[in-house]
Amino acid sequence: MIIAEKKPIEEIIEEVKDFDRILVLGCNECVTVCEAGGKKEVEVLASALRMYFITQGKEKTIGERTLERQCDHEYLEEIRGNIDDYDAVISLACGVGVQFCAEKYLEMPLLPGVNTVCLGANEDRGLWTERCQACGTCVLARTGGICPVSRCAKRVLNGPCGGSTGGKCEISKDTDCAWQLIVDRLKALDKMDDYEKVAPIKDWSTDRAGGPRTVTREDVKI
Amino acid sequence: MRLKIPTNFRIVRLPCTGKLDLIHVLRSFEKGADGVFAVGCMEGDCHFNQGNFRARKRIEQAAQLLDKVGVGGERVRMYNLSSGEGPLFAQYATEMVELIKKLGPNPIKQMKQKKTDAAAA
Repeated sequence: MIIAEKKPIEEIIEEVKDFDRILVLGCNECVTVCEAGGKKEVEVLASALRMYFITQGKEKTIGERTLERQCDHEYLEEIRGNIDDYDAVISLACGVGVQFCAEKYLEMPLLPGVNTVCLGANEDRGLWTERCQACGTCVLARTGGICPVSRCAKRVLNGPCGGSTGGKCEISKDTDCAWQLIVDRLKALDKMDDYEKVAPIKDWSTDRAGGPRTVTREDVKI
Repeated sequence: MRLKIPTNFRIVRLPCTGKLDLIHVLRSFEKGADGVFAVGCMEGDCHFNQGNFRARKRIEQAAQLLDKVGVGGERVRMYNLSSGEGPLFAQYATEMVELIKKLGPNPIKQMKQKKTDAAAA
């Protein structure tokens, strides 16, 4: 899922202090699971903003709403009827949701309430770690299900590099060497023959190098 | 056991302190509470294993947030005791009430009162 982190409240206050009617808009998908922008976080942020502005002696209207998704037309349409009641929207969705909402409501100032971090997994309570960089050409079949693109600091496709020591990466003693993990897993799978195969040059045009990406599915298009 | 406890706080019963959410604490302040204290079981004795640890984290989050919005994080506290420790509950309640009296009323309540007075004048 997409992992996001709450922005510091001070930063949000600074962004919204000049607006009088503010809508805090949450998203029920990834940001709910990573506890950054779901219904609960909407309630907490709205309550904190209300209290802050009251202590400052300012009168503001803070609305709360959480949509099923902010990356789909049909759900974003749900607020069309009352979005004009507000001067600004703080979207707690990932960067996708914020932008899609901004595209839909052209004249409404849209402010992000979270920092979108990565595509990751919930490894433990309060711990989310990156697993995918959406490079567009998956190599996991060859690397034992461990991704060298997202988990190797150098994105080395024929690793490990010389910076791998004791199973850890040279960038930090807390970061596993992706290629150590790959070798361990290939051994467990008895597929070390795959390790001997030199990976061809990867087509990075499907990654960000090729500019913003689009997926068109003629088979589902109507 | 007829213990004397202050009468100026309201007890909200929860099945476990793990049920306590950050928004419950914040709403209490929005509605005019001067302080909130959570009383959970002893750490390590939670029937649900982690309920009181979750509550402690949420009280810490509330304190941080209340500091940043100008209400004051020292108005929230977490205490742990066993269900047999009535006298300790009374002691904590007294301690909390004294602390809040020292800190004064919740600024939200004061600002709202000012506004009501100004409207009435």
